[in-house]
Amino acid sequence: MKTINRVIGVSGNMVSVEFTGEVAMNEVCYIVTGGKKLKSEVIRVKGNVADVQVFEITKGIGVGDEVEFTGELLSVQLGPGLLGQVFDGLQNPLPQLAARCGFFLERGIYPSPLDESRQWDFTPSVNQGSKVEAGMPIGSVKEGIFNHLIMVPFYLDGTLTVKSIAGAGLYRLRDIIAEVEDEKGNLHQLTMVFSWPVKRPVKCYAERLKPSEPLITKVRIIDTFFPVAKGGTYCIPGPFGAGKTVLQQITSRNAEVDIVIVAACGERAGEVVETLKEFPELIDPKTGRSLMERTIIICNTSSMPVAAREASVYTAVTMAEYYRQMGLHVLLLADSTSRWAQAMREMSGRLEEIPGEEAFPAYLESIIAAFYERAGLVRLKNGALGSVTIGGTVSPAGGNFEEPVTQATLKVVGAFHGLSRQRSDARKYPAIHPLESWSKYPGIIDASKAEYGRSILFKGDEVDQMMKVVGEEGTSLEDYVIYLKAEFLDAVYLQQNSFDPVDSAVEPERQRYVYDFIMEVLTAELKFGSKEEARGWFNQMRQGFLDYNGKPWMSDDFKEQEQAIRRLLAEKVTASAGAGTQVSCKESAKLAENL
Amino acid sequence: MRKIYSKIESISGNVITVTATGVRYKELAVVETKYGPSLAEVIRLRHDEVALQVFNGSRGISTGDEVRFLGHPMMVSFSDNLLGRIFDGSGRPRDGGPELTDSLIEIGGPSVNPAQRIIPRRMVRTGIPMIDLFNTLVESQKLPIFSVSGEPYNELLARIALQAEVDLIILGGMGLKYDDYLFFKESLEQGGVLSRTIFFVHTASDPVVECLMVPDIALAVAEGFATRGKRVLVLLTDMTNFADAMKEIAITMEQVPSNRGYPGDLYSQLAARYEKAVDFEQAGSITILGVTTMPGDDVTHPVPDNTGYITEGQFYLRNGRIEPFGSLSRLKQLVNGKTRPDHRALMDGMIKLYASYKESLEKKAMGFKMSDWDEKLLAYGELFEREMMDLSVNIPLEAALDKGWEILAKCFEPAETGLRSDLVSQYWPTKV
Repeated sequence: MKTINRVIGVSGNMVSVEFTGEVAMNEVCYIVTGGKKLKSEVIRVKGNVADVQVFEITKGIGVGDEVEFTGELLSVQLGPGLLGQVFDGLQNPLPQLAARCGFFLERGIYPSPLDESRQWDFTPSVNQGSKVEAGMPIGSVKEGIFNHLIMVPFYLDGTLTVKSIAGAGLYRLRDIIAEVEDEKGNLHQLTMVFSWPVKRPVKCYAERLKPSEPLITKVRIIDTFFPVAKGGTYCIPGPFGAGKTVLQQITSRNAEVDIVIVAACGERAGEVVETLKEFPELIDPKTGRSLMERTIIICNTSSMPVAAREASVYTAVTMAEYYRQMGLHVLLLADSTSRWAQAMREMSGRLEEIPGEEAFPAYLESIIAAFYERAGLVRLKNGALGSVTIGGTVSPAGGNFEEPVTQATLKVVGAFHGLSRQRSDARKYPAIHPLESWSKYPGIIDASKAEYGRSILFKGDEVDQMMKVVGEEGTSLEDYVIYLKAEFLDAVYLQQNSFDPVDSAVEPERQRYVYDFIMEVLTAELKFGSKEEARGWFNQMRQGFLDYNGKPWMSDDFKEQEQAIRRLLAEKVTASAGAGTQVSCKESAKLAENL
Repeated sequence: MRKIYSKIESISGNVITVTATGVRYKELAVVETKYGPSLAEVIRLRHDEVALQVFNGSRGISTGDEVRFLGHPMMVSFSDNLLGRIFDGSGRPRDGGPELTDSLIEIGGPSVNPAQRIIPRRMVRTGIPMIDLFNTLVESQKLPIFSVSGEPYNELLARIALQAEVDLIILGGMGLKYDDYLFFKESLEQGGVLSRTIFFVHTASDPVVECLMVPDIALAVAEGFATRGKRVLVLLTDMTNFADAMKEIAITMEQVPSNRGYPGDLYSQLAARYEKAVDFEQAGSITILGVTTMPGDDVTHPVPDNTGYITEGQFYLRNGRIEPFGSLSRLKQLVNGKTRPDHRALMDGMIKLYASYKESLEKKAMGFKMSDWDEKLLAYGELFEREMMDLSVNIPLEAALDKGWEILAKCFEPAETGLRSDLVSQYWPTKV
């Protein structure tokens, strides 16, 4: 019997539907209005009324409109051809939408996310009779620079037996390439694509491991002081204008991972456009290919319907998990998770739930935690390692970190890169606050050395605070030098010029080398006659290092500049500490020879 | 034939409910009251209970008044006939001219496909050095003016409107004082740009619901012209009034408030408007300049705070001047490399020196001894404020750059400015 389901209420982007038969939570349904079918998701069921959030503008929906339930949860299509694409939060390819509808996003149009006519060169990796499990490869195709594994769909249970497998050759996405039989004797036909519900984490791996290997971002302050680990999580809260998005963009370019997924969630469209237009032109130094080939952009900007914004981070993380399953390291950058939380708040308000703090729903924390928990380093069933790292920006209201989204996020992430308005106003970029930020992951530099650098920053800050009260005159020369050392470390190491071709991305090797050099300056006993002399010398030192930072690694200019700095350093170093400098000079010369 | 309903079930704030069927979300209706007809918009459907917000307000509405549904959502006439005309928040003429009903378009349409946008590339010249030189306005940018009430923000908007090189100006006034409305009308008339201006004005004495419609109508018309190749500048003053109107309706509708009584979707609502700013590949563009008054000069107030996250920078208007600190045009890098080779360097150099001037000023106030360098900075700061920051200065960018060098030359030796020597040799004026 065909069930008839009808709209009985509309409020904002929430529609109430009276239904007969069965309805599942988070099931997808379509509201038929004005000749269009509008995609929606069930978010509450009460008696025979389902409240659904509509992923489109609700204008024109009327009481009595018919609703079609699909029986499926909100899902994404997983298969070769995802890389390099630009999707909205529901995995609709935006360029294809533009080709069909022009300038504006028309509602009710859902093109296929993957190119179904394209042929892929398939190579099987199992034989008839092989035993496989969900998430294990049965073959592969070449997707750009990657070996894209064609896997047993994640939803199949138990051990499966391969009954037939296609030979090497060209196949379309929907061609049947294998047949497998499950333990109950049911036969499943497999293609190169399958769908997976976005809100269910993929768990087809052998075990989850502790993230320990640093994920290189080539941003000095992150790699050295507040590292991120492959499979870890981190967050970047900051007031508007502090450079969250720029930092994310830099990371998406330079991070040493296989695949980057950018989820532009409820932010400006203009920023996505920059990524969209620039990435195809940029060359990844590691592969020599366009950066776009390793990137997927999920883009649900602030003016697009808010329910789809809520879905977009899940769409992104599901794709990340899919590529992790191939033994790849994936970085997911979500900008901004506050907009995602606000989307939840809007829906919660429409549902007339009892509000929590700042009207965010009471379940905010558990949802944020569950999202970040989908990151992780895993050992797959074939022994290979894969990881999903999640970095989310947070846009706290009024720049105040005491708000619910920032606090809920801080509880679950492994590193915190707090951006400060003070630093961005002073044009100190990246504006990560060196005293407030933290990381629980091991970095690329010996922890004790990094700790020493931070202790100088802390002491320098103390002196600075004191100087504000007693003035420069009332500060001892000793303290003043500590202050200058802290300022020096900040200027030449923590700050980084993202417009400079050399300084914008610093390899870990160079970071270690330069940091050791800076440690020599920080630990040196310096002799000054007066504060003016000290200030003058540190100004020269700073200028020397800034030039040094702009020289290509181990070029003649680089070495020359280093010698110039060493001469300057030797002028002020007292005898006892000078000996130490001599030793490390030799060490660095040795290092240079080895290279 | 649409049915007429003659029983209003409830009246609360500006929202009325009637029992009706076959009504669609966001549909328009006409309420016939003793004091004349008013438009109303469907804002909630629940079974056969229909909630409408009444544009003219609910004052005087009787439970026996007639409600007639029109079968279409809010629309606005879009054609060249709009040019030079003045309308109110529901699109009715305010200038005594004829009502326009031809080629209607829907308001509050869908978002632009991000894949269809292009990276902005043209600057909008305003003749104001603090904008052109230091925080260049870029076509398709969305930028608010953050200001306390009492600052001359409307004068600033009017000046930009008069001088900006655009094809079309659309002014959306929300909660505008009647005097300010007349001021805009007069200054645009005197400036001779009225013929390419369209006004949608809601004044402070008009019903609050109409305030909500103003940005949508203004931007729908702007979109119409932009897709036909026109470069449109939309001025919205004041967006805080718009947010307050939204708050009023949300509270009437018993929505759960989030921050200081504002609805939880404040960000999305503001973004839906500001994000209409766009540059199309083979068509025109929309640039939005808004005014956001900050209650109590508090930038963390929900309206300026959410606005700051949405827009591409902001101009701080304080003491009648655009503050160089805090003001920011995020898109300036896209255009200021192509104007004149000295533009970027001069911009940074002058601001750094101005920052040092501020420090010297502070030292002076605390009674410290002034060095020669401090004296130089003090002279520079004064000159800078008078000849650059003052809003009455009205010169094109090139003249502003020359003036910048002139000011530097009056106060400093070239080496003291920290500017690159090749630029100094090219632009440093020879002293008379």
